[in-house]
Amino acid sequence: MSQAAVLHPEVEPVESPLTPESWGKLGMWIFLAGDAMSFGALLAGYGALRYGSSDWPLPSAVLGVGLTAFMTFLLICSSVTMVLALAGIQRGDLAALRKFLALTILGGVMFLGMQVYEWTHLIHDGLGLTSNRWGASLFGTTFFLITGFHGAHVTGGVVYLSTYLVRSLLGRLNQGHANEIEIAALYWHFVDLVWILVFTFVYLL
Amino acid sequence: MAQAHKHPNYFAIFWWLLALTIIEVGVIYMPLARVLIAILLVGLALSKACLVAMYFMHLKFERTTLGLIAVIPLVLCVLFVFALLPDHAATPHQTAGAAAAPAPPPSR
Repeated sequence: MSQAAVLHPEVEPVESPLTPESWGKLGMWIFLAGDAMSFGALLAGYGALRYGSSDWPLPSAVLGVGLTAFMTFLLICSSVTMVLALAGIQRGDLAALRKFLALTILGGVMFLGMQVYEWTHLIHDGLGLTSNRWGASLFGTTFFLITGFHGAHVTGGVVYLSTYLVRSLLGRLNQGHANEIEIAALYWHFVDLVWILVFTFVYLL
Repeated sequence: MAQAHKHPNYFAIFWWLLALTIIEVGVIYMPLARVLIAILLVGLALSKACLVAMYFMHLKFERTTLGLIAVIPLVLCVLFVFALLPDHAATPHQTAGAAAAPAPPPSR
């Protein structure tokens, strides 16, 4: 029970009605719902532009599906290490938290590194922001916009999780912070979830 | 603070996600109609997204109303796609439609 609830039991709501653990968790869920709309709008816009174009290249023929499938695999792995990190702090095992948090961050950094490699390769190959050699110019625009927006989310997630790793290494994190880690984990899984959709709609379809 | 639920088997979810990803990549090389491939891919992607949300994000163990909050963006996005449909009808295709539907002269 929060301090405010003790002081004003009849005024302050004791707990969040949807997420009894904390208000922060409800806040993260609502933020993620809003963020999902950003991605949803981008993907719906992508669909509309592609459907209205007669010379849209087949993405799987231009973009490397093998590399991005591996990037998908990497993000799924980092989601697993994230749930293991959370399970670690929930049972008070801070060593497990540090190990799996570090692995999750490593997964995110590797993902970003591979995205840099992929973008560099595609740009050298002739995929530009405003024109490309395969067809509709918007193919490149939408590709860079959507994957870039997602990459920015991964970057944010890496920074977000790194703050907890640093706090943990400084000894400023204990079992009582499990809820904060759970909220950070929600964000990380969301980034993974969005990539699953981006991978399907931008690379495979 | 007692745990509200037991941890699901995260590794089982991992193998499911991996298997579905491999099937997805396999599907695009199958000699099927484009429409069928698209339906399969969307179905597989949504299944994977559901697995992540339900088990990794623990939505399965949360209150139903929180699940509703999570589903709202999906519903709105589907509506958004339908809202964009009139644009497809109004916008002529870049090559085929250009001659058939000339731009109306500016009246104002």
